[in-house]
Amino acid sequence: MLVSLNWLKNYVDIDGISPEVLAEKITKTGIEVDGIEYIAEKSSNVVVGYVESCEKHPNADKLNLCQVDVGDEENLQIICGAPNVAQGQKVAVAKPGAVLPGNFKIKKVKLRGVESNGMICSLQELGIDEKYVPKDVAEGIFVFPNDVIVGESVEPLLNLNDAVLEFDLTPNRADCLSMLGVAYEVAAILNQPVKLPDESLETSEDSVRNHVEVEVEDPELNPYYGAFLIKNIEVKPAPLWMRNYLMAAGIRPINNVVDITNYVLLEYGQPLHAFDYDRLNSNKIVVRQAKNGEKIITLDEVERSLTEENLVITNGQDPIALAGVMGGANSEVTDQTTNVLLEAAFFNPSSIRRTVKQTGLRSEASTRYEKGIDPNRVKRAGIRAAQLLHQYAGGSVLDEVVEFDALDRDEKVVSMDADEINKRLGTEITNEEMGKILNRLGFNFDQNKSDFTIYVPTRRGDITIFEDMLEEVARIYGYDNLPFTLPQGTSQAGGLSDEQRLKREVKGFLQGTGLMETTTYSLTNEKLIRTLVSPEVKEMEPQPVELAMPMSEDHKYLRLSILPELLQSVAYNRARNQSDVAYYEIGSVFLTKEKELTTQPNEQLRLAGALTGKWLEHPWQQEVKPVDFYVIKGIVEGLFDQLQMPVDFDQAIIPDMHPGRCATISMDGEVIGFLGQLHPTLEKEMSLKETYVFDINMEAVIGAYSNVPNYSQIPKYPSISRDVAFIMDDNVKAGDVKEIIESTGTPLVKQVQIFDLYKGDNLPEGKKSVAYNLLYQDPEKTLKDDEVEESFQKIIQTVNDIFDAYVRF
Amino acid sequence: MKEELQLLEKEAIEKIEQATDMKELQSIKVAYLGKKGSLTSVLRGMGKLSKEERPVIGELANKVRETITNAIEQKNEGLEQAVLEEKLQKEAIDVTLPGRPVPTGGPHLLTKIVEEIEDLFIGMGFEVREGPEVETDYFNFEALNLPKDHPARDMQDTFYITNELLLRTHTSPVQARTMKAYDDSKSVKMICPGKVYRRDTDDATHSHQFTQIEGLFVDKDVKMSDLKGILDTFAKKLFGEDRQIRLRPSFFPFTEPSVEMDISCKVCNGDGCSVCKGSGWIEILGAGMVHPNVLSMAGYDPKVYSGFAFGMGPERIAMLKYGIKDIRQFYTNDVRFLKQFHNA
Ligand SMILES: [Zn+2]
Repeated sequence: MLVSLNWLKNYVDIDGISPEVLAEKITKTGIEVDGIEYIAEKSSNVVVGYVESCEKHPNADKLNLCQVDVGDEENLQIICGAPNVAQGQKVAVAKPGAVLPGNFKIKKVKLRGVESNGMICSLQELGIDEKYVPKDVAEGIFVFPNDVIVGESVEPLLNLNDAVLEFDLTPNRADCLSMLGVAYEVAAILNQPVKLPDESLETSEDSVRNHVEVEVEDPELNPYYGAFLIKNIEVKPAPLWMRNYLMAAGIRPINNVVDITNYVLLEYGQPLHAFDYDRLNSNKIVVRQAKNGEKIITLDEVERSLTEENLVITNGQDPIALAGVMGGANSEVTDQTTNVLLEAAFFNPSSIRRTVKQTGLRSEASTRYEKGIDPNRVKRAGIRAAQLLHQYAGGSVLDEVVEFDALDRDEKVVSMDADEINKRLGTEITNEEMGKILNRLGFNFDQNKSDFTIYVPTRRGDITIFEDMLEEVARIYGYDNLPFTLPQGTSQAGGLSDEQRLKREVKGFLQGTGLMETTTYSLTNEKLIRTLVSPEVKEMEPQPVELAMPMSEDHKYLRLSILPELLQSVAYNRARNQSDVAYYEIGSVFLTKEKELTTQPNEQLRLAGALTGKWLEHPWQQEVKPVDFYVIKGIVEGLFDQLQMPVDFDQAIIPDMHPGRCATISMDGEVIGFLGQLHPTLEKEMSLKETYVFDINMEAVIGAYSNVPNYSQIPKYPSISRDVAFIMDDNVKAGDVKEIIESTGTPLVKQVQIFDLYKGDNLPEGKKSVAYNLLYQDPEKTLKDDEVEESFQKIIQTVNDIFDAYVRF
Repeated sequence: MKEELQLLEKEAIEKIEQATDMKELQSIKVAYLGKKGSLTSVLRGMGKLSKEERPVIGELANKVRETITNAIEQKNEGLEQAVLEEKLQKEAIDVTLPGRPVPTGGPHLLTKIVEEIEDLFIGMGFEVREGPEVETDYFNFEALNLPKDHPARDMQDTFYITNELLLRTHTSPVQARTMKAYDDSKSVKMICPGKVYRRDTDDATHSHQFTQIEGLFVDKDVKMSDLKGILDTFAKKLFGEDRQIRLRPSFFPFTEPSVEMDISCKVCNGDGCSVCKGSGWIEILGAGMVHPNVLSMAGYDPKVYSGFAFGMGPERIAMLKYGIKDIRQFYTNDVRFLKQFHNA
């Protein structure tokens, strides 16, 4: 809503308050003012001039030589190029020395040998936004109506000194979609009375009843329809002041009939529609639901196919308007119109909203109907428009109004206990002050001590319950005046849950190892949705959750894995020459088996990582460590070690992963994720270089987590260390051998570490040597050599039996 | 003999002083004090001395031995020191060469902001709750006083999956979920961070996915001045002790009254500048007193219980704090962006 302050002054006294101060007060008390716009930059020395004569320039065909009376002793000779300049016009003249917007200085000049002492101006040159300039003067100079006085400054005449406040209205404050509503709001803020417009009406003897019948089929959808008839009007431009206000409010003036309906729409917030009575081809107005497939050509010259959802105004036969949204072309007011049927109606907001949604047509009228209008202003707005048509279109208004009326105009009654208000706000507002606030708001009330009964004006449809009154009192009293307190009573210890703490711990660990946290999108595209889904997730055959109306193909499905979008981020960096990346992310994936979703999917928290490029680089010491399988395995092992959760890694074949460099991660025999190198084909597809990833079900981790560490006593007795290297077939897994050593050596073997891997010269083809360090310890006593030796030999024997591996000496 | 001994001592001391390494010193030691050394051979001639002379010379000989031994030891220490010094000199390195880098990671900027806010409210006795990102129409809208036909639903463009399921447009459903999860005699004091989604085209100021933090406090006799007090405490801790707050009217279907909280602009201290668009104030969050319909739908009697709720956007806070101009930067994960905030 654009609020012209010059217009507003007609209803409430705002003299002496600058637009900036007023905007600040309104913002703090009621409605956010988004901006202040001045109609035109300051200009000076521009006055009304009378074109006494207008002849062709002797040396230029397209220029005119005008003698203009500007109220000074001598006429000004001005050369004007506008096509519409003519003798007898009253025009805006920038005299020599004048300054126009854009700091454009007017000087005496010679054009083609003839002197020109000033400039005749268009509205654009005076600073008015092109898009609001009426079409008839858009291509040339502006021509005043005859009643303006020569020599008068044009600034007030053209409302150039106006400031316009741009209101950012919240949906509840539809009352401020009208100048009167704004006036009540400003009056409450400034503690001023509201001056209402003149609503008197002079009518002729003849009654509308003799010419029009009104029929409404469904009072639910259209509780009030009023038809006024104004005869013998003359279609011409509206008065200058009205056109000025419309332009300030962002509406382009058209002609007096259209302008008057728009003016009253803005003044009262009541949409009105003017039909050309003679084009109705009937004397009947019937409001009904459209038939399916029924057609109407609306004012914007679009043919629209209707459904039963749409409410239409008809002449008893055919639609002549889409109710509350837009008129029909067949009954439109034209330059030839002489008799106008004026509609003032109340339509059901939901019905209008449905039509707007369906047709995509949104107008000043429909916006107000959708948000709800004041039932007590419907007829008054009609009267006001009829009066203006009489005054500015020369029409005679027929007596009475033909109406269908089932409209509820009762004020809502809300009770308000002042003590309760104070209790809820933390204030000590007296009953007397409370009454004063209600007076400022213009609300009638009965009072019995702290008991208030409020009769809420119908213009404030948003106020229905006590809490609404709480807000009214609070904002007028001023939020600045509320004290600062801290809650009393119940105190509880806040904090993080175990799960949230664990999440932070995991993040801390990963960051400590050198990983950066990312945030990627949860929505991904069709191509990536099934990429790199962890095997245990895939096993449950999840169906991707698809949006009904995605905004783009890139973000259409809820992810089944964090990895695809995470890898997109890695690729994004690579494309920008950032080739060393170590990322992780914790977030939800969305799992369901349903093809058509009927219940919420399982949102499983997962932890994923992606690493590529150099892991470590220390060039001058010739140390460069690229990311490899064992780097990410080390990170994952470290994490589970830190959390004291044993996990197993098993070689696995997983689609989109390198078949020889990929392992599942299991906990207690259940797969909870995987890690490894991406398949080179996928790497290529995603524009990646060698990249390693991991993906872990965080919920399994959370489930297994205990924040009480598994503590064991520090051993008192010395340990014994033994090394052994086995020569084994290349395809024997070092880890499998380690497991056998551990299980065979238990309970004396406390720890087994692999410390060497050798292939080559001294070994037969297809063999490798893996060296293990075994740590023996007995918590109860000092170990004896023969105990250790016995165990050691047993291990060598078992490994030999199982893996055909023998000791390398 | 006495002269002989004195000469020997003088000669030995001279040689010791001139010795340049430990090998030479060792041979001096052998030459004078060894079994076949000079001192020993001098002493062998003791038998020829008289009874009176013998102890005198003996004493002198011991003295000479002691002097030479001390001198050798002293010289030895000096030489050892010199050797060590020389060795250390040779070991000197260029300390200006760069050290071996350790891998450095860090949290995402949004996590930092969220955790900072979490910790602030935890300190004020709040717990942290989470809720699903795929929500029901009921919890996302209806339980928050936004029935199906409510015009305010237009304020938010929603990603629907089906008629009843959608991506949550705000973290507010967690309010209703938390209250429903509690029995109705318990006070609620929680904040809820999380991802939310709106049907927007991504550009510098819009993102189809972003973050919100919701707060809710419900108890008997919660006052609007309590909301003002809590928000003031929060704003001062997050943005600095010298910041002022102000509340101004707004509208949210699930609160009544509804307000927006501004903080005084840090750049201009309230005088007006380009950051605050001349107003001196910067909008930080939306808040209000919980609407009675929301309370009663969640099983709390609005005649007995009252409360306040607030919600804010960590992206917006981060953008204000660090002057980030494009919201998409939170989601493209450019290393050069992420790195900058690891120690912010
Ligand atoms: Zn500022």
